[in-house]
Amino acid sequence: MPQSISLEEVYETYRMTEKEHFDIRAVTLGINLLPCVSDDFSVLCRRTEKKILSTARQFVKRAEKIQSYYGIPIINRRITVTPAAVVLAGALTGDAGRDRERCVLYARLLDRCAGEVGVDFLGGYGGFCEKGMTYAEQTVMDALPEALGKTEKVCGFFSLASSKAGINMRAVAKIGAIIRELAINSDQAIGAAKFVVFANPVSDNPFMAGGYHGLQEADNIVNVGISGPGVVRRVVAGLPRDLPLDAVAEAIKKTAFKITRAGELIGQELARSLGVRFGSIDVSLAPTTAVGDSVGRILEAMGLERVGTHGSTAALALLTDAVKKGGVMASSRVGGLSGAFIPVSEDVGLAEAVRAGALGIDKLEAMTTVCSVGLDMIAVPGDTKTTTLAAIIADELAIGVMNNKTTAIRLIPVPGKKAGDHVSWGGLLGSAPIMPLHQENSDYFIWRKGQLPAPVTSFRN
Amino acid sequence: MKKEGKDLAIVLVVGEDQTGIVAQVADFLWKENINIEDINQKIMQGVFVMTMLVDMAGARSDVGVVGPKLEKLGEKIGLSIQIQHHKIFEVMHRV
Repeated sequence: MPQSISLEEVYETYRMTEKEHFDIRAVTLGINLLPCVSDDFSVLCRRTEKKILSTARQFVKRAEKIQSYYGIPIINRRITVTPAAVVLAGALTGDAGRDRERCVLYARLLDRCAGEVGVDFLGGYGGFCEKGMTYAEQTVMDALPEALGKTEKVCGFFSLASSKAGINMRAVAKIGAIIRELAINSDQAIGAAKFVVFANPVSDNPFMAGGYHGLQEADNIVNVGISGPGVVRRVVAGLPRDLPLDAVAEAIKKTAFKITRAGELIGQELARSLGVRFGSIDVSLAPTTAVGDSVGRILEAMGLERVGTHGSTAALALLTDAVKKGGVMASSRVGGLSGAFIPVSEDVGLAEAVRAGALGIDKLEAMTTVCSVGLDMIAVPGDTKTTTLAAIIADELAIGVMNNKTTAIRLIPVPGKKAGDHVSWGGLLGSAPIMPLHQENSDYFIWRKGQLPAPVTSFRN
Repeated sequence: MKKEGKDLAIVLVVGEDQTGIVAQVADFLWKENINIEDINQKIMQGVFVMTMLVDMAGARSDVGVVGPKLEKLGEKIGLSIQIQHHKIFEVMHRV
């Protein structure tokens, strides 16, 4: 052909989108809400509404147009905003009850705006308290159960740890109770699926529930999250069984390169059509409940009988790194989380491994040391102690803090369910068996609270 | 989004070889006012694969509208027919 695209290449691209679920998982419009700040709550609300509606009004329509023009599906359209605790701080009065109510009202306002512009989710309801908690952060945290439990599209996050500050264990202890309350406050605990706890979060993450528009970003930006576990699985499954692992990594890299390039094209076009800056492209293998679109299955294709068995951490390390390398070569705007996600309920292979007893919380935790996020979408018994929830969170934050990486936790204690039971949310959130946890308590460790000190960065052994 | 000059897309036809494939696809494209620039075909792993480089500049609608129509035509003649914008292939397969 004159443009020198060979028949084989066309066929490969066709297979990626048609048969292997390659898609643009999310286009996310980041909106800076700082100009809306006011010490008058009603003024803040009015400005916020105006800002979101005016910035995002064309967003969904433009995304659809680009999807149609290029013939590559865009699955989700989202908005991220400046963290709510930062925006709300000036409008709080010091009256705890009244302020909490304002925080909930603000969440409802965001929910309404998200509905009006037609996005799937709006992220950023949270704040940062790696070292200490301001009054605003405390109030927003207290409001979470109602704010997320009673809204549809609003997603929340809190950053409780960083490599520079260590872990705020007082906040960790508190969040354990908040998550429990959030679960009780919503249908089948779904509110907890919309909330993420972070160590070292990134400000340009297009994925939910942990996305927010960071203070280091421009006014408005478009971030793109691409996906494609199905594509990578097919590539790995098609390789000879005795092919050395470095060659496997090479094949994954090439695939990641291709999907990143397509994603960047879509992101740049969308940003241009909205007249805003293109932020970053997040090259993450994010599983969906579609059969074959599973990170667990990729590891199995590398030669593991079932994900969770010995070798799973090594295989995931290879995968995460190869995806990052391919992505970085393809685009200089790679950001976000970039790597491989292991959300249990959303990944058919992982959920099956848990059901079969091959994958437990301990192995999952080990795998998060090399994946790009953390303990994600894990359903646990509804009667799990809040100190145990806090202790699981502390473990995962420690991994992030000590290894200078982002880690995240999305735990869902499902009321009335016991280990081995099953929960199904449907849609993108999928279904999962309830994960058994250690029965020994961590009470006194969590009750100490205080600050877990930041690590020394020399003597890294 | 419409560019000056050409607006290239690639039509892919996959399935069992039979008579009249080119004629039927070409007839459809002509009715949509889409110009065929080049045709390439091959048997890959026992499957008939054909690509058509087409110019959508004067087309009545874009890839997103033409796509489902082509799929329908494919179903009628027992083949899989897809269309995607040329730029996608360019960015994915060329450094």
